[in-house]
Amino acid sequence: MVKLILGSTLVDDSFVTVESLEQAANLPDVIVPLTVFVAHKAQWLARSGKLGVWLAAGDDAEVLAEDLEHLSVVAIDFPSFTDGRGYSTARLLREKYHYRGQVRAVGDVFRDVMFYLARCGFNAFVVRASDTPENALLGLNTFSESYQSGVDKPAPLYRRRLA
Amino acid sequence: MYQYDEIDQRIVDERVAQFRSQTQRFLTGELSEDDFRPLRLQNGLYIQRHAPMLRVAIPYGVLSSRQLHMLAHIARTYDRGLGHFTTRQNIQYNWPPLERVPDILADLATVQMHAIQTSGNCVRNTTTDHFAGVAADELIDPRVYCELIRQWSTFHPEFAYLPRKFKIAVNGAVADRAATWVHDIGLHVCTDDAGHLGFRVIVGGGLGRTPIIGTVIREFLPVQHVLTYLDAILRIYNRHGRRDNKHKARIKILVKSLTPERFQQEVEEEWARLKDGPATVVPEELARIEARMIRPQYAALPAQSAVLKEALERDIPFKRWHERNVHAHKVAGYASVVLSLKPTGTPPGDASAVQMDAVADLADQYGFGEIRVSHEQNLILPDIAQDDLPALYLALKELGFATPNIGLLTNIIACPGGDYCSLANARSIPVAQAIQERFNDLDELYEIGELDLNISGCMNACGHHHVGHIGILGVDKHGQEFYQITIGGSQAPARIGRVIGPSVSQEEVPDVMEQLIDVYLEQRNGGHERFVDVVERVGLEPFRARIYDEPHLEVANG
Repeated sequence: MVKLILGSTLVDDSFVTVESLEQAANLPDVIVPLTVFVAHKAQWLARSGKLGVWLAAGDDAEVLAEDLEHLSVVAIDFPSFTDGRGYSTARLLREKYHYRGQVRAVGDVFRDVMFYLARCGFNAFVVRASDTPENALLGLNTFSESYQSGVDKPAPLYRRRLA
Repeated sequence: MYQYDEIDQRIVDERVAQFRSQTQRFLTGELSEDDFRPLRLQNGLYIQRHAPMLRVAIPYGVLSSRQLHMLAHIARTYDRGLGHFTTRQNIQYNWPPLERVPDILADLATVQMHAIQTSGNCVRNTTTDHFAGVAADELIDPRVYCELIRQWSTFHPEFAYLPRKFKIAVNGAVADRAATWVHDIGLHVCTDDAGHLGFRVIVGGGLGRTPIIGTVIREFLPVQHVLTYLDAILRIYNRHGRRDNKHKARIKILVKSLTPERFQQEVEEEWARLKDGPATVVPEELARIEARMIRPQYAALPAQSAVLKEALERDIPFKRWHERNVHAHKVAGYASVVLSLKPTGTPPGDASAVQMDAVADLADQYGFGEIRVSHEQNLILPDIAQDDLPALYLALKELGFATPNIGLLTNIIACPGGDYCSLANARSIPVAQAIQERFNDLDELYEIGELDLNISGCMNACGHHHVGHIGILGVDKHGQEFYQITIGGSQAPARIGRVIGPSVSQEEVPDVMEQLIDVYLEQRNGGHERFVDVVERVGLEPFRARIYDEPHLEVANG
């Protein structure tokens, strides 16, 4: 079973990523690509296990706006860590659509991007093969303070300095 | 200048620790070259032609004497005793050993400096008017907003991996001395009918491969909304800017392809949700930054200095220097002094450790310990009592910083070019030197009058050649260095220069400059019509004809 960073702890991941309803047949918790989900939305939502949707870097979270309450996970892919679109997607999920479930970073995820990911509302991380989850966890504590508004701390430093 | 508090200091210290770890992991092979490259770029570290190049941020171009001494120390300790001041108010070192860079950053942190986001596809150093705080036509001191934006942009978690680099300029005066029309975002202060302060928001300007003058997407943005509005613009850009082709990835291309109207609509929709949210600027924060800015305690001086008057009457070279290199100050009895880093024979913008130390000492002796870096690659002592100008002049002359050429042809703006930069197609420095040698006669220079000459070694346009009255762009033709000449560009009002014809070889550049100047001197109506005005009035043709229709010059095809 794949190790997942959830919050700041390591857990076993119960989710399996699948490409079709058939593949999902005997699995409890699955994550499916957005297009597959949209094509058979009713069947996917009728399943008994937990459901997640996998977004590519360029996918628009708005497509999921009506379905978010039924989703346990939204996974956002980073094909390369230098493609920063997923950061905005996560913030929109949290701040515009008020999604409270798991937002999971997948793809090119390693120690040196963890801090930014967490600030943008990611709370689960599948670390890439060339890094280890234990090492990646160190990245969450790179900085002890941040200037801007983020999902983790909506009040920017200048409001907290006043408090 | 802004003084860090404990939190600002901690954040910079933690950055040093992070980069030390990244460098170690790269050196042990734990991080690959592909992983390390974007990480080191976000600390201004390039791997260049001869060695790494480190670009250190000089936020909005302001330095204390203590900081300049540190820059000298770094040049001496880790480099070959030299630094290069850039067109974006930063400094670059061309020979720092990679494994020592974490130590350099640690040294910088001791004087509240860093190299954060001086490269990479993120929000870069925010730039402004180099006369901020001392200019007579100022509505606000832009440095307060620059600092606000510096903090907002520092490790902004959402915008660290944009499609391409992102540059913001803030102008707080009536005249635009920050080139706000040719930045990704330009903020130009203005007031509404009720007298409230705000910014005109200009988006999508830029030089580089596709020079474009920006578009106003909001005529008036109240100051408290500046950060939420920036968030909205950056979010639209981060999500929709092109990532498939780095030459089409700047925000200017997105604005153009969506149309400015559509882009504006998207930004306004996004902003409607962010407006008045937690990132809205509170007046207490502006007051806090203001309180942490060290301001000179000016003495009450007579508006006219007798010492200065006497020296101007007696000393012709001093008078000449005063005319070119000394600027009016908003406080009576003071002046701002531009130190020319463009003497003939030195690469434009270069300063040695010895010179940096000496300038820092002069800032302490004659000023209030403050130095500015201008985007024309000169240094400025912003607050000098007029009584001290004659003594300061002598000291600067000794240092080689008193060349009276500010605003003149030999005050050349140039990137490091092919001698140092691995992106360059051609060298800039020898071209600049050849031109300076050709126009070494001060009387002739004064006769020519105000002229901005800019040289870039490649399309990336670090030398801002598009907005030079004369622009020179290095191009590669079958492995040979050639130079394309543009004329009629201007920084304010922002205008892009036009190409006069096929590019010419390096040896021909000084001749071409001389021909351009000859045509100008023949065509101008009286001594006050500047080169750029003549180009505007008579067009390219007389210039083109002189250079290309005469048989002596062999030009490359195309």
